[in-house]
Amino acid sequence: MKKRDYSLLGPDAKRAVETGLAAAQWYHTDITRKQMKALMKRDDQPAIRDTFILFGSMMFFCAIGVLLWPTWWSVPFWLAYGVLYGSAMDSRWHECGHGTPFRTAKYNDWVYQVASFCMIRNPVTWRWSHARHHTDTIIVGRDPEIVAMRPPALFRIFLNFFGILDTFHGLKTMLLNAVGKLDREEITYIPESEHHKVIRVARIWFCIYAAVVVLAIITQSILPLMIIGLPRIYGAWHHVLTGLLQHAGLADDVIDHRMNSRTVYMNPISRFIYWNMNYHVEHHMFPMVPYHRLPELHALIKHDLPPANRSMWEAYKEVLPVLRRQLAYHDEFILRELPKTAQPYRDDFHETVLGAGGVNQPTQLPAE
Amino acid sequence: MPTWIDACAADDIDEEDVIRFDFDDRTFAIYRSPDDEYFCTDGLCTHEKVHLADGLVMDHTIECPKHNGQFDYRNGEAMRAPVCVNLATYPVKLESGRVFIEI
Repeated sequence: MKKRDYSLLGPDAKRAVETGLAAAQWYHTDITRKQMKALMKRDDQPAIRDTFILFGSMMFFCAIGVLLWPTWWSVPFWLAYGVLYGSAMDSRWHECGHGTPFRTAKYNDWVYQVASFCMIRNPVTWRWSHARHHTDTIIVGRDPEIVAMRPPALFRIFLNFFGILDTFHGLKTMLLNAVGKLDREEITYIPESEHHKVIRVARIWFCIYAAVVVLAIITQSILPLMIIGLPRIYGAWHHVLTGLLQHAGLADDVIDHRMNSRTVYMNPISRFIYWNMNYHVEHHMFPMVPYHRLPELHALIKHDLPPANRSMWEAYKEVLPVLRRQLAYHDEFILRELPKTAQPYRDDFHETVLGAGGVNQPTQLPAE
Repeated sequence: MPTWIDACAADDIDEEDVIRFDFDDRTFAIYRSPDDEYFCTDGLCTHEKVHLADGLVMDHTIECPKHNGQFDYRNGEAMRAPVCVNLATYPVKLESGRVFIEI
C-alpha cells in the first residue's frame, strides 16, 4: 500500500516531477475549434444578472437579520445570508479567478476581490494555488488543493462543513502575510515578483477585520461579526457539501480528468450558489468555458465522459463507502465506467495508479 | 539572419482568431485582429508551455486555454496572472493573400 505525502516539499512532489506527472499533457475530448470558440465566447449579461441577484439577496437577508436581531426570528435570515457569503462566494472566487464569467475584465477582478475577502483567501496566493490545481489536478505532492486525501481526514472535512479549519488557516496565513512573511509551501508556487502583492492585501484585510472586531467590542455585540467574518463559518456548509464531490474517492496521479473529477446533476438553487461547478469534469477539461455555458459543453461531450451522478445524494452514496475503505486501504478508488461511445482510458498514461494491467485489472476490495 | 517565412493564407485565420504554425522545431501563433491586422507571437504560453492557438482571442488579447493568463498579442505583454513573462513577437507582412512572418 502506497503511503502518500501531500506536502509540496516532500518526496512525492519530487517523484511527480521525475515521473512526468507534473505539468503533463492531459486527455481532452475531441471538439472542433468552431464549437470551442462558440463556448468560450464571453458575455457580461449572465454574470451581471447573477451578481445583482446574489448581492441583492445578501443585502436583503442581512438587513432583515439586523432588524430582527437579537431574536430567534433572525436566525433563518442569517442562515440564508451566511450560505451566500460563506458558500456562493467560494464559487465566485473560483470562477472570477479564472476570469471567465464576465467579458469585462475589471468586473471579474472586482467580484474576485470581494469573494476572496469573504472566503479569507488571499487573492494573489490563491490565484497561483488554483493555477497549480489545474496544472496538476490531484497529483500527490503537486496539487495544493486536494480536499480528500488518502487516508481521508474525515474529522477535518467534517469541521470544514462549519468552516472551522479553513477560517483558522485563512486568518493565520493573513497574519503571517501581514507581518511580511509567506508560508514555505506558498513560496513554491508564487513567483517572487508577486510576493509584495500578497503582503499588501493581507495588511488591508487585517485592518478591516481589526475594525470589525473593535466595533464589536465598542457595541458589546457580535452583530458586526455576524455580518463580516462569522458567515465564513456558519455559511460554509454548502460549498463543502458540493465541493467535496469534485474529486473525492476518485483516482489520484492520473492525467485524465474523467478519472479524477466528477460531474453531478444538482438542483437549481445549488447550481446558482455553486455557479455550475457541478459540471466539474467539463470545467477541468476546458477551463476557458464560462460557467453559464457548461451545461451546453456537457451536452456536447457527455458521450465521452463517465455518466454524471444524478443527484448529490447518489454521488454521496458512491463517495462515502470509498472514503471509509480508504481509511484502511489507501490505494482504493472509484474507476468509473465509460460509455461505449467514449474513447477508452489510456492504460499507458496511468500505469502508476492502475498497474500494468490497466483498467482491466480487478481491484482488490477489502472485506467489509 | 532573419528570414521571411510563408506561414499561411490570410483567409486561413478567421477574424478575431488565432492559428498554430509550426516551423522547424519551433511553434508560433498567428493572429488576425478584429481590425483585420495580422500578428505573430511564440506559440507557447510563457507560464506552462501550453499552445496558445487553443485559446481565446478577445479584441487584442489572447487568453491561454489552461490557466486563463492573458497577453496582448500585438506586443506580447503579459497582462494577467498567472502569466508574468512577456511573449516574443515577430514581424508579419501580407503579400498576395499570404501571411509571412519574419523569424
